[in-house]
Amino acid sequence: MARTLIHAPTTARKGEVVEIRTLIAHPMETGYRAGSDGRTLPRDIIRRFSCRYNGELVFSADLHPAISANPYFAFNVVANASGSFSFTWEGDNGFAQTESAAITVA
Amino acid sequence: MTTLSRRQLVAAGLGVGLGVTWRPARALSDELAGALRGFTGGAPTKEGRVNFDIAPLVENGNTVPITVTVQSPMSAADHVQAIAVFNEKNPQRDVVACKLTPASGKAVVSTRIRLATTQQLVAVAKMSDGSCWTHTVDVIVTLAACIE
Repeated sequence: MARTLIHAPTTARKGEVVEIRTLIAHPMETGYRAGSDGRTLPRDIIRRFSCRYNGELVFSADLHPAISANPYFAFNVVANASGSFSFTWEGDNGFAQTESAAITVA
Repeated sequence: MTTLSRRQLVAAGLGVGLGVTWRPARALSDELAGALRGFTGGAPTKEGRVNFDIAPLVENGNTVPITVTVQSPMSAADHVQAIAVFNEKNPQRDVVACKLTPASGKAVVSTRIRLATTQQLVAVAKMSDGSCWTHTVDVIVTLAACIE
């Protein structure tokens, strides 16, 4: 399991636009670099990041090797109802991880 | 022999400064324009509505913070469907492609990217009405990412 950092507010007013920031520890090996033995290291990147809010897809991104190691994303969501955000990262070599964060909307 | 007045010298210096700092936007390279077409599906692109925020002088190409902001009400009838970033000189043209919905509220996306060398970057936003808007920036990279 890779370490993740998720900054999402735990409370919000209804209709408020909240900012969510996520980061996951991942080397994002590009497939263009040479290793210590001179051979090219195989590509190992996260290909897709998505955020669901109470099951509805609100943000997704396709990542390419030009994304830095430890991919960081900041985006916005309208807080409409109490519930949870679920964040999913999928990548090469069967990498898949899902984390969640709860939000209470008053 | 003519002597230059102080006023003339100041004016000349100003002219040199302007010549260095003011450069017209370069046309996109064929490869970059092709990548853009692949994203827009051939729809014409216009400059404007998109603001691509990136440091003009990048000291470390391994992690370059970027923020793309699009002017849009983000309503069900008029919102940003997708935001993508393309580069000119990394091994691959694609950098990132994000999909947004009216539930996003604000069309602002930030991430961190790699830059192999001094080059041109384009941010493009696809609106729900099918129009595409771009912002092109030139960046100078002093320490390159280890080949992307």
